[in-house]
Amino acid sequence: MDHPAIGEAVTETEIEQALQSDCDCKDGMFPQGKMGTASRRAFLRGSGLLTAAAAIVPVKAFGQDAAGEGPWSVPGEIAKSDYGQRASFETVKRLASFGGTSSLTPLQAGVGIITPSRLHFERHHNGVPTIDPAQHRLVIHGMVDKPMKYSVEDLKRFPSTSRILFVECSGNSNAASRSANQKTVQEAHGLTSTSEWTGVRLSTLLAQVGVKDGAAWVLAEGSDGAMLSRSVPIDKMLDDAIVAYAQNGEAIRPENGYPMRLILPGWEGNINVKWLRRLKIGDKPFMTREETSKYTDLMTTTGKARQFSWVMEAKSVITFPSGDMRLPGKGFYEISGLAWSGRAPIERVEVSTDGGKSWGLASLQEPVLPKAHVRFRFPWHWDGGEAVLESRATDQTGYVQPTKAFLTRNEGVGPTYHYNGIQSWKVLADGSVSNVLQA
Amino acid sequence: MSFKLKGAFLGAAVLAALPVTVWAQQVGYPGGAAYPFGSPASEADIRAWDKDVRPDGAGLPAGSGTYKQGEQIYGEQCASCHGLKLEGIRDPNLPQGGAPALVGGRGTLNTTHFKQTVESYWPYATTLFDYITRAMPYTAPGSLKPDEVYALVAYILAEGHVIKPTEVMDAKSLPKVRMPNRDGFYIDNRPYPVKRYD
Repeated sequence: MDHPAIGEAVTETEIEQALQSDCDCKDGMFPQGKMGTASRRAFLRGSGLLTAAAAIVPVKAFGQDAAGEGPWSVPGEIAKSDYGQRASFETVKRLASFGGTSSLTPLQAGVGIITPSRLHFERHHNGVPTIDPAQHRLVIHGMVDKPMKYSVEDLKRFPSTSRILFVECSGNSNAASRSANQKTVQEAHGLTSTSEWTGVRLSTLLAQVGVKDGAAWVLAEGSDGAMLSRSVPIDKMLDDAIVAYAQNGEAIRPENGYPMRLILPGWEGNINVKWLRRLKIGDKPFMTREETSKYTDLMTTTGKARQFSWVMEAKSVITFPSGDMRLPGKGFYEISGLAWSGRAPIERVEVSTDGGKSWGLASLQEPVLPKAHVRFRFPWHWDGGEAVLESRATDQTGYVQPTKAFLTRNEGVGPTYHYNGIQSWKVLADGSVSNVLQA
Repeated sequence: MSFKLKGAFLGAAVLAALPVTVWAQQVGYPGGAAYPFGSPASEADIRAWDKDVRPDGAGLPAGSGTYKQGEQIYGEQCASCHGLKLEGIRDPNLPQGGAPALVGGRGTLNTTHFKQTVESYWPYATTLFDYITRAMPYTAPGSLKPDEVYALVAYILAEGHVIKPTEVMDAKSLPKVRMPNRDGFYIDNRPYPVKRYD
């Protein structure tokens, strides 16, 4: 093989060289901005720590071992944290977007399918409310026999259900439909995350209140400042809707709806109403702002707008290598990414390294769960030449992730939501990876 | 049949009955016996939050408002984010990075410089009442009284040339307002009827 060995011994000279270098990628292929670099520098420069650093701080693209240098082991401290922190060397973080109304998941640093709760994307329309669960109630009323109200503790008494599900803002990748200005996969696609959600099936609660004949829609309302509200067909509510109170094994994060939220598997993020306080059963859609003036998809081809487009269709994106990374040299790389569909389980993911001229089948990491992120992998030997990396997902309905050209031709440039076109990353001979518009 | 075999059959019968029992416990409640959790929602509980308004006017409260009243309230409560001429402001120092334009944009929806406003895009005037009531002004949502909301709706609709400045908005007149883009929407028709996209 003509690629360098992965993993090699590090010397103090190499550490000094690494510190003096002005390369943008001191932390290897995963640049995390100035913060990560600064903290590592400070650590390395700390008196007497240089030798220890050789044993535990990755300096090159791939990890090294100490090769006999450094201490035998690293003495620890007695655990004193009631609620754990990540290692002090880890700096990956969400990225707040314009106006502070959302923050983006660092997909480029993710592995597996679960998004840590602290890195789950957020989007809110009037800030994150601080809600005392002892004061919070969910009221279910309208076309029901018996209007009821439930506290979080009440909900926890009911039979529970847990599902690993993606939640994707329907505005995710919107900017990618028009430009390649987003440097990283986080900036371009970071409004999607996967968590295990636990709560009560809404069908259980609706059986309790007794839904009257003629009921067809349910207004779901949050208790945030925007009092965000959406109309949901009762069929969806009875099918697989969950009133969730937990995320990844603990209480839902405040920015994700604490103490309870609606989870509608596979449907656009906005309708998964957070800080849920009211469900009103009715016979018609309520036509709230979020389903008329927003979250409708204007086709500039016709001037007409698609409404009630709830399902997030099949989509995939390569997260490694991805924008703003730099490959240290030719050789073996495992291309990796995420695929998901709100309609059906992912059937297959194909990967191209030549901008869509030829495609190969990626392997899918088990378990392949319906309506959850699926991790795909594709072994690649980079020959050092220019390459354009793309992925496309197909779900079990046969739906294939479309090209940007297809979407533009059919929908124009209007839809702010539901853009799921194929993403292209260009690799140059110097190893740099950047966002490019699909040819 | 030996005694031993009879016992085995009996055991199988008990086992077979078990899942049925469990099933009955989990889904055996619709309309009948209830899980004894939660408490009945009182009239007061519901009234406190039941403020939504539908296109047919269901939910609209008593009260009324005029363009003149709305003009003054808009200047005090709305203009700092939406602009003196309802033209919208983009400014990272404002909440949400500013607020969208409320008027203009008619005739642009099938162009690449499309502009979606209350005037050009919103299909129902009642949604304006519902949304202002629940979410505006941004820094003090829920603080506006029904009369004030009717007045703001009258002002915004008149500035957008949807109604005349002389028209009074109330529970009777508002649902009758026909928005310019009322027929501009169609129900989701995805997936597209093609087997493979490009």
